[in-house]
Amino acid sequence: MRQFFHRGDKFQPVSVDDERLNQPQLDGLWQKCPNCDETLYSREVEHNLNVCPKCDYHFRLGARERITLLLDEGSFDEWDTDVRTADPLEFIDPSGSYATKVEKTRSKTGESESLITGIGTIEGRPIAVAVADFGFMGASMGSVFGEKLTRAVEQSAQTGVPLLSVNASGGARMHEGLFSLMQMAKTVAAFARLGEARVPHISLLVDPCYGGVTASYATVADIIMAEPGALIGFAGPRVIEQITKQKLPDGFQTAEFFLDHGMIDLIVDRATLRRRLADLLDHYARARQVDRGESIPWIPNANGSGRELNGNGAERQNGVAQ
Amino acid sequence: MRRSRREKAAEPQVEATVEVEERDPNAPLTAWDRVKLARNPDRPHTLAYIDQLMTGFVELHGDRRFGDDKAVVGGLARFDGSTVVVIGHQKGSDTRENLRYNFGMARPEGYRKAERLMKHAEKFGIPVITFIDTPGAEPGVGSEERGQGTAIAESLLTMASLKTPVISMVIGEGGSGGALAIGMSDRILMLENAVYAVASPEACAAILWKDAAKAPEAAETMRITAADLYTFGIVDEIVSEPVPAHEAPQATISAAGEALGRQFEALMRLVDQPSGIDRLMEQRYEKYRRIGVWEVDVAGAAVSNQQQSAVSD
Repeated sequence: MRQFFHRGDKFQPVSVDDERLNQPQLDGLWQKCPNCDETLYSREVEHNLNVCPKCDYHFRLGARERITLLLDEGSFDEWDTDVRTADPLEFIDPSGSYATKVEKTRSKTGESESLITGIGTIEGRPIAVAVADFGFMGASMGSVFGEKLTRAVEQSAQTGVPLLSVNASGGARMHEGLFSLMQMAKTVAAFARLGEARVPHISLLVDPCYGGVTASYATVADIIMAEPGALIGFAGPRVIEQITKQKLPDGFQTAEFFLDHGMIDLIVDRATLRRRLADLLDHYARARQVDRGESIPWIPNANGSGRELNGNGAERQNGVAQ
Repeated sequence: MRRSRREKAAEPQVEATVEVEERDPNAPLTAWDRVKLARNPDRPHTLAYIDQLMTGFVELHGDRRFGDDKAVVGGLARFDGSTVVVIGHQKGSDTRENLRYNFGMARPEGYRKAERLMKHAEKFGIPVITFIDTPGAEPGVGSEERGQGTAIAESLLTMASLKTPVISMVIGEGGSGGALAIGMSDRILMLENAVYAVASPEACAAILWKDAAKAPEAAETMRITAADLYTFGIVDEIVSEPVPAHEAPQATISAAGEALGRQFEALMRLVDQPSGIDRLMEQRYEKYRRIGVWEVDVAGAAVSNQQQSAVSD
């Protein structure tokens, strides 16, 4: 089974500039599955939530596609789109300046940075989301990523709305030096406060998730999920191979490997993700209701009609989309 | 902050020569020179600091989960008249020692030991001092199997809300997440020739320059020296090295001890006040909350958050 998800050399991560990290484009009429090599009709893949109908390989998704699949249609309200990348080190490498690189990436992707934050609903239940966009410089964590995430977490701590982080990353953004490394501390500090406020953080690890993100907020969540076959780790496999001169075991650093070693709670495929999240949100909401006597307006009652008694015994319609 | 150029040591020269000693002694050190100094095997490591600055050190071993990682040392000790929990990465001075300490590269057990000792400190109201000196967390199959990322993340989470003062000092190499894992503290001190970076210059050069041999160039660009990080407001104090630490270990350690003592006293004064721990927690949160540089559009012009806060101050 492990071999099943092991994609061999083709998909060895991870550096943000690695050409191989560019996802096969989904806009052609036909495409090849990187896992089973099957030629697939693109429409069919798309209709199947970008999962290979033959082998269940989960294609990588951009943050926007992810949000579209995850949240109720039209429910997403984006936050902090005006926070822009700066170039504190005036970083230049042979491919040019960091500032230019960011500008190019922006116009190519249409995104302002590698993390999209905001609020929406899943089957009517409000949820804050922070979704990393691997297409934007390998979803590396720099100052903007850290700041937007911290703001979202602080917002959730205040409002009590649970937060879902969707984490793919090549690690910290090297072009911002130690500022990037310190985003690990900054975001974890915010999540520590979210924990003190007893607001749930659900982390979804998707392909590929490495470095500073794996070693910070993404792995200290209340619930840690992963997509099937996602590669997850601290150090990249090539680095480990080079340094240890060891052959890596089959299925090394896959979601299944992470699950086997007790590091994550569950693996969830794309088709059941929304349902699972809705279940979890209901569990926490009920727990909170019992615990604090709070009314949570969006829990459906026993017959699932989306009505419930609030704290005063009055009935209230809550518009749960079923 | 005193930053002096390297002078010829008054002490007898250590026989191990590094390339930097063949340079013009008056030329300012480059970032790469400092990388080499920070990695010099004769540079004093954590146990030397504990030995010279502290008394009654009782080393405590193990993570109570899997094993005892020798790349991280820790225990109870007496510093400036107070009991402290001291934790640090440990490197060796020769190959034999380095094999024992795994070159200062911690495995998950090392971070879990550190985290356990920090919680121990919190329980008894003991302040924590950490010494940072690592090329990075160990990359390895076993480390991945046992959750290297998770271990670092959990240590950070513990440090974020540890209700006791924490001071860190970068004494050599501050290698990425493996360094930060024991360095999320109230005060970050750094020796003049220490470096602290998001990735090793070699790794950065390999990825962005496509050539690991360009590490000296990458080191310069990455802004990893104590002076850079002090300017960025990430490091709180620089301990000067009039002579590189490996040429004057005792003098360097005493200077480090003096700076540590001063910062330690200031933090203890803060926590001894009514609701001092709450203020400490607030200050620690703010310390990390404000780190980062970005821009927002203000009236059609990009203004950085740092310029903004300068105006609002």
